[in-house]
Amino acid sequence: MKMNTHKKYNTEVTGAEAVILALLDEQVTDIFGYPGGAIMPVYDALYDYMDQLNHYLVRHEQGATHAAQGYSRVSGKTGVVLATSGPGATNLITGIADAQIDSTPMVCITGQVHSHLLGTDAFQETDVVGISMPVTKWNIQVTKAEDIAPALAKAFYIAGSGRPGPVLVDITKDAQFGKTTYKYQKCESIRSYFPCPKVKDDDVSKAAELINNAQRPYILCGHGVLLSGAEKQLLAFAEKADIPVASTLLGLSAFPPKHPLYVGYLGMHGNYGPNLLTNECDLLIAIGMRFDDRVTGNVSKYAKQAKVIHFEIDPSEVNKIIHADVAVLGDAKESLELLLPKVKTQKHTEWLKRFEDCTKIEFEKVIKDAVDPKTEKLRMAEVIDKFHKLSEGNAIVVTDVGQHQMITSRYYTPNIPNYFVTSGGLGTMGFGLPAAIGAKVALPNTQVVAVLGDGGFQMTIQELGTIMQSDIAVKIIVLNNNFLGMVRQWQQLFFDRRYSFTEMKNPDFIAIGYGYGIKGRKITERKDLQAALEEMYASKEAYLLEVVVENEENVFPMIKTGASVAEIILE
Amino acid sequence: MDNTYTLSVFTEDKIGLLNRVTIIFTRRHINIESITASESEVKGIYRYTIVITVSQEQVEKLVGQIEKQVEVLKAFYHINNDILSREIALYKVSAEALTENELFTRIVNENHAKILSIASEYIVIEKTGDEREILHLFNDLEKFGILEFVRSGRVAITKPMKTLNTFLKEVENNSKTVIKHFSK
Repeated sequence: MKMNTHKKYNTEVTGAEAVILALLDEQVTDIFGYPGGAIMPVYDALYDYMDQLNHYLVRHEQGATHAAQGYSRVSGKTGVVLATSGPGATNLITGIADAQIDSTPMVCITGQVHSHLLGTDAFQETDVVGISMPVTKWNIQVTKAEDIAPALAKAFYIAGSGRPGPVLVDITKDAQFGKTTYKYQKCESIRSYFPCPKVKDDDVSKAAELINNAQRPYILCGHGVLLSGAEKQLLAFAEKADIPVASTLLGLSAFPPKHPLYVGYLGMHGNYGPNLLTNECDLLIAIGMRFDDRVTGNVSKYAKQAKVIHFEIDPSEVNKIIHADVAVLGDAKESLELLLPKVKTQKHTEWLKRFEDCTKIEFEKVIKDAVDPKTEKLRMAEVIDKFHKLSEGNAIVVTDVGQHQMITSRYYTPNIPNYFVTSGGLGTMGFGLPAAIGAKVALPNTQVVAVLGDGGFQMTIQELGTIMQSDIAVKIIVLNNNFLGMVRQWQQLFFDRRYSFTEMKNPDFIAIGYGYGIKGRKITERKDLQAALEEMYASKEAYLLEVVVENEENVFPMIKTGASVAEIILE
Repeated sequence: MDNTYTLSVFTEDKIGLLNRVTIIFTRRHINIESITASESEVKGIYRYTIVITVSQEQVEKLVGQIEKQVEVLKAFYHINNDILSREIALYKVSAEALTENELFTRIVNENHAKILSIASEYIVIEKTGDEREILHLFNDLEKFGILEFVRSGRVAITKPMKTLNTFLKEVENNSKTVIKHFSK
């Protein structure tokens, strides 16, 4: 029997049912969670709404947070997580921190001990509001049934507005059991909260003036472009003013990868030209990005010759790392719409040629060998390159963290916005598999491929159980080098090859997959690669492909710690 | 170069918000020299007065991070010239100080302090002033033996004239927004 939330309006319900009704009033369709003592009333209420709310039972609460992140990153909707008190709540922290630093909207609902037990070290009591404070955009503890609906309304509004982020609502068990007359009023403003500054036309004009007078302007496109849905506006602006566009790790997919103005991706293992030429442009146009240290390298040697325009929704990001000559505060889409008519049609042929030259150098020195190696063992880049050609960039790719992540972001270029999901700011190993599950739940008709390393896979490998239980057709490629490869690379380069605890003795991954009812295949030779990728891609169900790769491969180019972007090395 | 800054932070009344604000300092390894919190002239709006010693660049960034908190209405920072500030201090000295009554009374008077209470064993002196004046009295009283000393954090009034109510009206016009990020 399908119940409409409005039928429950002004009727008496338990606080637990109010939680479920509020989720329905927020048009939530999917939640990721794990039951336990203090959240049991909510789970009990959920039992009556299983036809309206799909709950995915994860195997560890961290998995729920990453799944909610993956869900949100590909759909734009706010991810929802349900967990119990104490260890259930503390297990959320890594995912919450990841969502905070990567601006991902997420609402976490935790159960809490009875309010009269707060502060008594009761069974499974933990101060999750205190613990999560530094890593949430907002959080609250609710101790009365009647406060649940307003708290959740605020939670969804805060999580999804402005620069998105995670929020946590901690609900005591007595509030869940308590009775309240259900009402739901969507939150549309909070007096003290200014999520989206109104774009000042004057600032846009100043930006346009700098752009119109620049000889070597250069656009850095970040996650904010995707969050704001400003891809078309960015394209129109870049084309009109003929400006090269590079992307941050989280901005990947915001600009069409085959477009002649797209020059590649930024950062420690990004492309050669985009890093090198940062120190040759005369105008840096940063859009929805925050000058992360992996992008800037040594800040004191970063783009000193250039003027900087910063388009940014979060005022605290302006001048945080790089001084902006002009800051345009507000939503990226709105700002770029205002900017377009003010910029002149230009040509920067010579400047673009510089990027083309760099691309050629990088191809000769790095890419050619990486995608078509002469080594006996397979290399990571050829796997990703072959997969990219097979999928034509039309699959959602979710990565874990490490060497395979950098290789995937270099060699897989998605055609569709938001089709690349990775843990950028926090660099959370274990993110990939559950995030891919969430992405597949959000867009079940799209191919979702998780690319993982052997290390990160084992951090959340238990989520294979979620795939099994809920029939989630995620494809998994494990690039297995039997090392914690990125740390090993650093040990090789900066710690005199002292491989301290980076070599992995790995289990039989395929057997583990079979244990969870997931079919799979392990390949070690080049001749099997194409067919194996095709088999994986064509599978209607989840599929685990393990590719054994070169043990001690390094990712290049690389900007060493403390070096400037111009000191990027190719080998 | 580091300077002393006084921050005035106007907030909603919410459990845990003070913690959320102090975490911003802790995370950046900045010591809070004093902090006071009380309701402002507008009912339901609280004012934190926080004293720190940091560089101009740091204080600007801190204020940005504080203002980013959902329930913070506005944060300002001021150098000492922009504010009128006071602290209150209480000093407990042994009643034996009265054996040197003339000197004791002169010290209290010259420091513009007052005697709050006299008991058989002790005397409590109250002093309102800036940090320097409070320390001055402390040094003067030390010869009598200070049994207990406590001082409040700084409270400060800013010299620029803009009432909180005017400001609130402005922010109420600005806070309306819709959820704008992409959705499929």
